[in-house]
Amino acid sequence: MVDLRRAAAIVGIYEHPARYAPDKSELQIQAESVIKALEDAGLSKKDVDGLFSSSMSVRMANLSLADYMDLYPKHLDDTSVGGASFEFHLGHAVSAIASGRIDVAVITYSTLPRSGGISIGTGGAARLGAPRLNPAPDSFEELYGLTTVGLYAMLAQRHMHLYGTTSEQLGEIAAATRSHAALNPQALYRDPITPQDVVNSRMISDPLHLLDCCVISDGGGAVVLASPEVARSCRNTPVWVLSQAEGVAHQGAGRRDLMNLAAAQTGGPAMAAAGVTHDDFDMAMIYDSFTITVLMTLEDLGFCKKGEGGQFVSGGRIRLGGELPINTDGGGLSSNHPGMRGLFLLLESTRQLRGQFEGTERQVPNCKLALVHGTGGTLAARHSGGTVVLARD
Amino acid sequence: MTEWKRPLPTITGETMPYWEGCRRGELLIQRCQDCHEYQFYPRGICANCFTGKIKWVKASGKGAVWTFTVTRQNRTPGFDTGPYVLALVELEEGVKMFSNIVECDPFEVRIGMPVEVTFVKANSQVTTPFFRPAG
Repeated sequence: MVDLRRAAAIVGIYEHPARYAPDKSELQIQAESVIKALEDAGLSKKDVDGLFSSSMSVRMANLSLADYMDLYPKHLDDTSVGGASFEFHLGHAVSAIASGRIDVAVITYSTLPRSGGISIGTGGAARLGAPRLNPAPDSFEELYGLTTVGLYAMLAQRHMHLYGTTSEQLGEIAAATRSHAALNPQALYRDPITPQDVVNSRMISDPLHLLDCCVISDGGGAVVLASPEVARSCRNTPVWVLSQAEGVAHQGAGRRDLMNLAAAQTGGPAMAAAGVTHDDFDMAMIYDSFTITVLMTLEDLGFCKKGEGGQFVSGGRIRLGGELPINTDGGGLSSNHPGMRGLFLLLESTRQLRGQFEGTERQVPNCKLALVHGTGGTLAARHSGGTVVLARD
Repeated sequence: MTEWKRPLPTITGETMPYWEGCRRGELLIQRCQDCHEYQFYPRGICANCFTGKIKWVKASGKGAVWTFTVTRQNRTPGFDTGPYVLALVELEEGVKMFSNIVECDPFEVRIGMPVEVTFVKANSQVTTPFFRPAG
């Protein structure tokens, strides 16, 4: 495979501060984010030649956005695999830049489920957005009351059964993430919680409690990715993409062991392509739709053995100051989760690699290497996984 | 389930034999005549070997709970009736399917519990398979 290490860098980012935005449209939030991210990079509208986005509600997402912003990109990619879409976009954008098709790519996203009153986690069949089920697979599934949280809860249940994982161990993931949210003024929930608070919160779908679930917020943001030549002229220290790997996992015609996540297919290749190993990472952003998502992803990325995730996340290891701080912005569990959250994983790892919080508790000291793993879809039915390795010089 | 308020399947030629089987009280799954793998959900190709001829076969209707969750909250009409068990059932033939475990206390369900198929008529066209503890 061609060595794509440092073939492109993240040069501009913006996270829209809105968590509840009933007066804005998704395209407006995307456009505001793109403009700010270009400003952050020191680039302008005319520099944009690649457009990457995905939407839960805007049809033909990129075409609509190009129209709204009066852009004429040469390369468009609407890859839509749920929350991990943006880790997929990043890899595709690196390839497009490395091949010389484009020099500057914008990756952007927004959605407004909070002001829209959309029950993403417990909406059941309504989450599909179509009144008529497709002949397969929906017609074999939705009669039984699948929910997003239920499809993660089922794997949590089996994880507990096979390995003795406890609700307290899952609770530590939510508590650690909340302790990070306390340091993020934009986070939706900032009051401290304990693992026991998670266990004591209302059961939503056994064994997952309310505080095992991510928040539902509005939001959006943008990332600007550029070739090394452009990156050198940009305002900020470049955050280099060392590698990206993507994959999917599904029922495998009913024969697959669903306990194996897509992360098991992408973690190894991403680290090999980057020429790094687990111990090298200063931090990680691990998609946290639910606490179990984090625990199983860490295992399948190989940070610990299968079944040992509960132990791994304990004892402060994943908190700021620990061996592998994760989700240092407060994650989906506490900061924001506008439907698909993969973009925000790239934003926070970039902020940390830039040293943006230097001199405060939120900064991962001397942060040079970060792992990002996005998850999209639902674990027990079908999901996507995208691993990205980012570094600063 | 006196009145069916849940979503109804969309039935086309590709999956018709499955739903006809349900109406007769038979759980039909597919097996490839070339590679002999079973598959579920039903589809128009053998997803394993691509070259096979798909044959509908009657499953024993017996299996075990592979995993499950007691769902407390689902805003879709038909599911506001209190906690229910969403499960993945592993059939004796080795394939897994989504279903509900019925005719028992939701909080008594366990992974590995033996279950058997039972059919519920949704309306004059549609009958759907559920599972209950094997007796």
